[in-house]
Amino acid sequence: MRVGVVTYPGACDDRDAMHAVALLGAEPVRLWHADPDLGGVDAVIIPGGFSYGDYLRPGALAALSPVMRGVRAHAAAGRPVLGICNGFQVLTEAGLVPGVLRPNASLKFRCHDVALTVERESPWLPGCAPGDELSIPMKHHDGCWFADQAQLAELEAAGQVLLRYRENPNGSVGSVACVCNEAGNVAALMPHPEHAVEQLIGSTDGRILLQGLLDLAESPLAAHSSV
Amino acid sequence: MNVTVLVRPRDGILDPQGEAVRRSLSGLGYPAADVRAGKVFDLQVEADDAESARRIAGEIAERVLSNPLIEQYEIEVGA
Repeated sequence: MRVGVVTYPGACDDRDAMHAVALLGAEPVRLWHADPDLGGVDAVIIPGGFSYGDYLRPGALAALSPVMRGVRAHAAAGRPVLGICNGFQVLTEAGLVPGVLRPNASLKFRCHDVALTVERESPWLPGCAPGDELSIPMKHHDGCWFADQAQLAELEAAGQVLLRYRENPNGSVGSVACVCNEAGNVAALMPHPEHAVEQLIGSTDGRILLQGLLDLAESPLAAHSSV
Repeated sequence: MNVTVLVRPRDGILDPQGEAVRRSLSGLGYPAADVRAGKVFDLQVEADDAESARRIAGEIAERVLSNPLIEQYEIEVGA
């Protein structure tokens, strides 16, 4: 199992993501923003950071970079992609997951553990039931997820909201913390699963989403009845 | 050809930056009831005439300079 982790200029959590992938027993593969060739990886992580200095809009310039051609093709083939923090911003700007990330309503950079409530059963959340609570750290200034009311209602009805904040830290509409695309193979969230993989630093709940990524790479999405 | 693209938050979208500026202006005693913060892009576009410059700038504004979910834009074509 080979998991590609994209490095952009300004990425800062790519190495943590690679470390987490290795902890779960998969082989991390570094992907470079300027290269559209993903080297046949089974899954992709778009990690956190401040790609291109967050110029224009967070994730906007990274979404136009050559590697995204490969990521689009990978996603279109039904293979899994997980976007984390800046990776969430990149995937929204690329149109691969719905909505957009705006500055936190408080205009403050928030850095702390955050409680997330499982909204539904999903291959992204193996072993979780609706109502379960996960603790995963977040650290961002631009994590206010926005979709208009009509789009939010569509996403809720289609089961694309996977996690909500128990207490909304950034003004996201519907307290939405994690969404996936319509097909269910691309998911993204602002909190950092790759920072919550070892008990030593407080929580291993991040392993759940990363395991979901590996599971989805292992077996095609169609095999999962919950989507 | 010089083209200016103005990008603004869409009507009805909360603009926390503008709101923070408004609060500071109120603190200074200015009667600023509302502030919306946007961006200005001055482009030099290689185009034969104003119409094609506007078309190119429109495509750039739509694809790159604005996110239509939250922003709207206006284009001014100069000399």
